Amino acid sequence: MTLLGDRQQLSYIASQAADARVNLELETEGMTLNIGPQHPATHGTLRIIARLDGEQVVWVDPSCGYMHRGYEKLTEVRTYPQVTALVNRIDWLGSFANEVPFILAAEKLMGIEAPLRAQHIRTILFELSRIANVSLFLGDLGVQLGAITPVFMAFRDREYVLNLIEGATGGRFHPNFDRIGGLKDDLPAGWIDETRTVMKKLRRFCDEIEDLLFGNEIFQSRTRGIGVIPRDIALQYGMSGANLRASGVDWDLRRDQSLPMAWDKVDWKVWTHPDGDSFARCWVRLQEVRESTRIVEQLVDTIPAGPVMTKVPRIIKVPEGEAWVCTENPLGEMGYYVVSQGDLGPFRVKIRSASFNNMSITPWLLKGVYVPDIVTILASLYFILGDIDR
Amino acid sequence: MNTVSLIIAEVPYWGQSLLRVLGGLVAVLLPAGTIVYLFLFKMMSFMQSRLGPMEAGPYGSMQLFAEVGKWLQKEDIYPARADKFIFKLAPLIVLASTFLLVVVVPFGPDAWFTNFEAGIFYALAVSSISVLGILIAGWSSANKYSLLGGLRAAGQLIAYELPMVLAVIGVVIQAGTMNLQGIVLAQNSGSMFGFDGLGNPYVLTQFVGFVIFMISVQAELTQAPFDMPVAESELVSGYMTEYSGFRFLIFFIGEFATAGVFAMIASVLFLGGWAVPFSWFGWTTMDSVDNWMNLAGPLILFTKMMVIMFLVMWVRFSYPRLREDQLQRFAWKVLIPISLVNIMLTAILKVAF
Amino acid sequence: MANPPNEEEFQLSLTTDTPAATDVVRDGILARVQAALGDKIVESLLKPGDDIWVRVRTESWRETAVILRDLGFSYFDFLSAIDWLPSPFGRGEDDPTEPAPVRDNTIRHGYTGGDTRIQMLARVVDPTTSMGINLKADVPDDNAHIESWTTVYAGANWHEREAWEMFGITFDGHPDLRHIYLPTDFEGFPLRKDFPLLARIVKPWPGIVDVEPMPGGDQDEPAQDGDAQ
Repeated sequence: MTLLGDRQQLSYIASQAADARVNLELETEGMTLNIGPQHPATHGTLRIIARLDGEQVVWVDPSCGYMHRGYEKLTEVRTYPQVTALVNRIDWLGSFANEVPFILAAEKLMGIEAPLRAQHIRTILFELSRIANVSLFLGDLGVQLGAITPVFMAFRDREYVLNLIEGATGGRFHPNFDRIGGLKDDLPAGWIDETRTVMKKLRRFCDEIEDLLFGNEIFQSRTRGIGVIPRDIALQYGMSGANLRASGVDWDLRRDQSLPMAWDKVDWKVWTHPDGDSFARCWVRLQEVRESTRIVEQLVDTIPAGPVMTKVPRIIKVPEGEAWVCTENPLGEMGYYVVSQGDLGPFRVKIRSASFNNMSITPWLLKGVYVPDIVTILASLYFILGDIDR
Repeated sequence: MNTVSLIIAEVPYWGQSLLRVLGGLVAVLLPAGTIVYLFLFKMMSFMQSRLGPMEAGPYGSMQLFAEVGKWLQKEDIYPARADKFIFKLAPLIVLASTFLLVVVVPFGPDAWFTNFEAGIFYALAVSSISVLGILIAGWSSANKYSLLGGLRAAGQLIAYELPMVLAVIGVVIQAGTMNLQGIVLAQNSGSMFGFDGLGNPYVLTQFVGFVIFMISVQAELTQAPFDMPVAESELVSGYMTEYSGFRFLIFFIGEFATAGVFAMIASVLFLGGWAVPFSWFGWTTMDSVDNWMNLAGPLILFTKMMVIMFLVMWVRFSYPRLREDQLQRFAWKVLIPISLVNIMLTAILKVAF
Repeated sequence: MANPPNEEEFQLSLTTDTPAATDVVRDGILARVQAALGDKIVESLLKPGDDIWVRVRTESWRETAVILRDLGFSYFDFLSAIDWLPSPFGRGEDDPTEPAPVRDNTIRHGYTGGDTRIQMLARVVDPTTSMGINLKADVPDDNAHIESWTTVYAGANWHEREAWEMFGITFDGHPDLRHIYLPTDFEGFPLRKDFPLLARIVKPWPGIVDVEPMPGGDQDEPAQDGDAQ
């Protein structure tokens, strides 16, 4: 497949060069188009400066930072438990998933592990936030491509998931529920039954989206073969998550590394796609939502009894050391490199967010596409502004 | 000449003109309002599992008036670097083409504004005037998105004019006339294989032509999946980006009024227009049609128009958008060859039978 | 800090430095990396069941990347830096009305040690085994510059731009060293420890973190509900 991708890219480059020669001869003047910072396709404040030739992109420069909040600096003046409130806001659609790797890193440094029940519930909430996040992507995908109906279905069904998250954590968007050593609370009564019904609804939503969008010829013609990322390029740029798996790399951090979470206790599948184009990226995400519903369904059946919080001191001081923990977040690999010097707060936290790497490929990827394809490719790469800018 | 025409003939010329203007306004604005409320507000909402407007009037039926009131109150903004005269002219051109278009639509045996011999020819010619309006709107806005949108609209509307004309030719061959009234007559007094209970609506015999015509109408009206000129996720709103208040309202009315008029023309061409099959009431020619059809005809046409609009809107709400080059390829490589073959077959069959 | 509840005791009971004693997989990886890199390595550390840290010489920073990439670590994870200088502003909780407290500003390096104030920190991963290496390299104190990785890992481009504007490290051979987050005319390097967090300077932090006595709670009891802050 990589060969095919390479060949496509080469032919692409050749055709671009030919075009450029023609333009040089005709001396056609280009146009610089500012996409953003306020533009519907950037869902946030991303600015893409595109130099166009007709409707074809010649050169592109994504300019981010309009939302840079300096979380890496802010963590240095916060205590460990306070940091989760910050990192919640990185990928604001899958907030809970942001907290987990940081908490795991702190726990690793302290040498403690959350009780088994807490690990299970963490995994459930992690997967729920993935569903909430990616189901919105599936709807938004339609809007970016001009189909307005799917997004309402996405909002409708995502609401059930948000209600679940709210029921368990008290917060719809920013739960701040994870604690060093476990969770703030146990699950409320009746939550598990509710979860089962919601997971069924979400699977039906996936079927609907598959019918409405993925089976549509126009959708396919808009996404197939658009924005092809070959395997080795994806690795070089540090693409992660569905973007990497859509390029044929069978790598999922949930499966391939051992963390004190419950993914290894259930039966699920890592989906990959050989094509590496926009369609593949969208398709892999659709399958991931389905797998997530399966994971959640299996996990709610096997939650072990016990406490949700291990014994931790009231004032959390993390021993000196360094730890790197990354998880497979909705957007891709999210990791925290935490340096502790035995203080109340971290000495330095490097936040490795998925979208930053995923977006850094755009200057390479958007060269030579048409203006509508910018939108397709940006939508299929799936970034959250907070996740790029941190 | 029957009585209605006689009554009209006795009205002085200025009175006739006034009646025509009023009739034209009703014929343009009423369908536009109905389409916006029924389809854009309600049908879209129900398809998207929401209720749509519910506050203004029963079931939000007065919402449109509220919206119009809102737009009328808004400040009339134009960009500093805009070409102001042209910028202000553009929406009027778009709306004018709609009014020019509606004059050839027959609403009843005697209820028409004009009865051109080459009615359909005129309609197809006039319908492309709106391209001018859109193009200069895009150009004069001094906005790159608008310019791209305007150019896309120009390219698209020109590309789809051709299959539309070619699709209509099949109808013209079969009916043997370019007069829209004649086409209505031919459909409703005709028969299929000796069975005249349904007349001969060309949607059955010219089905290929109907499909091509509907696709072209979809593109001509810049409705999804052919809405690249306004593509809100790429070009924000294309040529309409810089328009606000009343001028945006005119574009908005123009969009849906044109949709309504095109749906009327489609129902005249393919669904039998204002008439019901003549055999139901034993009519044979246009003159033998009863007078009450001048009142019932507009309602029948309106119903048929709504059916057509339902199809247009259904597609609009469920399909993603094509890309500009794919659209051009579709027009030139698929629609035009098929419609040419359709013309050929129609001509052969016409001669054979 | 109002009445710390036997803090030291908990600290001692929790830090257990004996997890998995041996780690065959990582041992093998480290051996391979050591063989390939040779004397480019200054120091290396393996924590069984956790991770590998390797500190390389400053001048062989790029070469290391090339060798590791060819060794199978083809996935570029991230690149950043660490400023080891303890912050002269503490945690931004000083009372501005009182004289600034005297702080110990001796540099304590983390794993694999170090000689300079600012260190590079990067991570590359082998996607087939999902095993990564944390790489470090000293950045000269007087003239902070190091070789660019952009020709080795294309994804390093943006990360180096970020490190450049946040730490002031110049990357030799970077094609496009511009600001990525900050405005073009921004002065200073925000993630350096001597760059004050202005929000904390302008307005003193009111919630100087303290544990208030829980109503009815036993002071010596550790928090059960995780309300540890």
